[in-house]
Amino acid sequence: MCLSVPAKILSIKDDMAEVSVNGVRLEVSLQLVDKAKPGDYVLVHTGYALQILSDEDVTLANKFMEHESPNST
Amino acid sequence: MTKMLTTQTYRDKKKIGEILEMIRKRSSKKIRLMEVCGGHTMAIHKFGIPGLLPKNVILKSGPGCPVCVSDQKFIDRAIAIARKEDVILTTFGDLIRVPGSTSSLEKERAKGCDIRIVYSSLDALKIARQNPEKRVVFLGIGFETTAPTSAATILKASKSKIDNFCLLSAHKIMPPAMEALAFDGIRIDGFIGPGHVSTITGSGIYQILADNHGIGCVISGFEPVDILQSILMLINQKEQGEPKVEIEYSRAVKPKGNEKAQRIMEEVFYLSDDCWRGFGDIPMSGLKIRKKYARWDAEKVLHVTVEKTRYKKGCICGEVLKGKKSPTECRLFKSACTPATPIGACMVSSEGACHAHYLYGNGKLL
Amino acid sequence: MLITYMEMENSYKITLNHGSGGKMMHELIDSVFLNSFSNGKMIQQTDSAIIKNASTHHAFTTDSFVVDPIFFPGGDIGKLAVCGTVNDLAVSGAIPEYLSCGFILEEGLELGELLIIVHSMAATARVAGVTIVTGDTKVVPKEKCDKLFINTSGIGRVSDENLELGTGNLVEVGDVVILNGGIAEHGMAILCEREGINFHSGIESDCAPLNHLIHEILSNDHGITFMRDATRGGVATVLCELSKSRKLGVEIWENEISIRENVASACEILGFDPLYVANEGKFISVVKAGKAGQVLEKMKAHELGREAKIIGKVVDNNPGLVVLETSIGGKRVIEPLAGEQLPRIC
Repeated sequence: MCLSVPAKILSIKDDMAEVSVNGVRLEVSLQLVDKAKPGDYVLVHTGYALQILSDEDVTLANKFMEHESPNST
Repeated sequence: MTKMLTTQTYRDKKKIGEILEMIRKRSSKKIRLMEVCGGHTMAIHKFGIPGLLPKNVILKSGPGCPVCVSDQKFIDRAIAIARKEDVILTTFGDLIRVPGSTSSLEKERAKGCDIRIVYSSLDALKIARQNPEKRVVFLGIGFETTAPTSAATILKASKSKIDNFCLLSAHKIMPPAMEALAFDGIRIDGFIGPGHVSTITGSGIYQILADNHGIGCVISGFEPVDILQSILMLINQKEQGEPKVEIEYSRAVKPKGNEKAQRIMEEVFYLSDDCWRGFGDIPMSGLKIRKKYARWDAEKVLHVTVEKTRYKKGCICGEVLKGKKSPTECRLFKSACTPATPIGACMVSSEGACHAHYLYGNGKLL
Repeated sequence: MLITYMEMENSYKITLNHGSGGKMMHELIDSVFLNSFSNGKMIQQTDSAIIKNASTHHAFTTDSFVVDPIFFPGGDIGKLAVCGTVNDLAVSGAIPEYLSCGFILEEGLELGELLIIVHSMAATARVAGVTIVTGDTKVVPKEKCDKLFINTSGIGRVSDENLELGTGNLVEVGDVVILNGGIAEHGMAILCEREGINFHSGIESDCAPLNHLIHEILSNDHGITFMRDATRGGVATVLCELSKSRKLGVEIWENEISIRENVASACEILGFDPLYVANEGKFISVVKAGKAGQVLEKMKAHELGREAKIIGKVVDNNPGLVVLETSIGGKRVIEPLAGEQLPRIC
């Protein structure tokens, strides 16, 4: 249950941030996150930022796959 | 400027091909996986994932649609509230067509009730600020992804002293329903865990499923690479006989989740027994507003007479929600029950299993 | 499922879904309008009625415009009223010539706003090369209409070889499907301006008169077997209607369907499927495979067709169904829209 999209924070004023989702700008509340700053990417759901997205892209599966690509024996 | 419809990394065809190849290689036995998030139901169907998987990998749709699991009484109550002269009823679009016992919010709007679709509970608060002579009621549906946003809006209403705003809560939490499925003897080998619920809750809440029921859970994102990777990880768990909780969606989900959001939820809501369509009562699964915030609780401030709940005959939404039956096994599916003329919420809700199936077929095409 | 007499008698009410271009609208048309007005021409349910004469054939169409807000990025209700009717004629193979316009004005409407809209209509008519020759005005009390409603009707000549372009009767297996550019711009531009959606999307309506572009591609021996503009209900609705009426399959490829980044994002945020979102400057043409290359080249030479692409083809499997090959190679069925698309959170 979760239509959420990643958005980049452009500016912050009090507990609201202006964010951009690939060119669409909207205002979201930062009430649910701590220490967000301009340039951060956040997950946006119904007008609120839910989480600051991390750079970490390496999942267990990725690691798993690095060891076992289709070409490995 | 203008681009092709999708070009993102998590939709990379080559990567997807590799993962599918791994899935084919690694899955020897039949494996039944259930997703419990409407967003996953939609994504799986939208990308045509079932048709890409080998026949032994079966995807079932569980109670992930908060609209579908909201008891019909909730809609009947919302309608009764909307009919009051001084009320502006605000809601997410998802609820507008859900059938109540004799009407729906859409039909009531056509009759002249002031019912408005909003994108955020904050928009509803804004409407309350702009219409001090009216009572603005917001319908709070959703699991742990949305519940904190409702809680935060109540806190904002309290801080800004906006007393003509209130929330009618039908918020629920996921784990009790997932456990109820396990207790119900539903045959699942693993859960594709709800990605955005888990950004709030963290991953620990699913441990009980692995420990007590031997059902693993991989918390998945919503892009094709995410979903397929999660399926691969669950297959791996099954092949190794090691059900556990894993996070595939690590860019958004931390093991502890979002503790600030959890605290805000805890501040405003308490757990209570709740009625889930298709499940009946599930203990400690619903979120009710604490006494401290009673002023913003529509159940406390508004007194309405709600008509007797009448359930539709022939509707097997409950069985579909539990993953026991598929939409095509319902005799009403596509005949009496269509998105235009829905009987049950599974068809109305855009993320309901029946609706997704109606729109997207079953992926294993002719 | 048609609306039954019993429903009509039991105060069945019209809802917004009846105007959204989907199934419910068609049911309303069938049950109420066609039932009462039944005659061969209206039953065609094409964008324009073709009136055949011994010497000259005409296409005749009408459309009403009730868009809210009346001013939106990329246009206004006036521009829309002219383009909509011009395009309905053009996709039926006609050369649009004359328009009528009827206004219903709400008491209290600012004259300044009306002037801007009317000037916009005049300017658009000039660009399109059509003449507005007659009209009507009514004023209704406050709140009896939303600022203003406009109806435009249009007439144009159709030559013999183009009489069937709007019906789809010439479409055959093997024909290809061409779309002249990026989708969902008009619908999302309007939506983002509505109350309750506080976005700044930068999306502009693609509202434009397509008749000159269409004239370019309708040369001798053009190979075009069908055209329809993808307005309410979007590209998906046009293709569903075609596949159903011809009992043929249509296969389309998601990777070939263009959409601007900000439009795609707005759709994602609100949970809209762009294939069903309205366009006002886009049309589907179905073309014989052998002629597709030259049609595409002519389209791309025109500013309203620069991003034209072949997006699919007509096939004999899955007759009556439109099947989309998704960006990742999966398949899904594109069903007709039931009612309005709604913003969703799930």
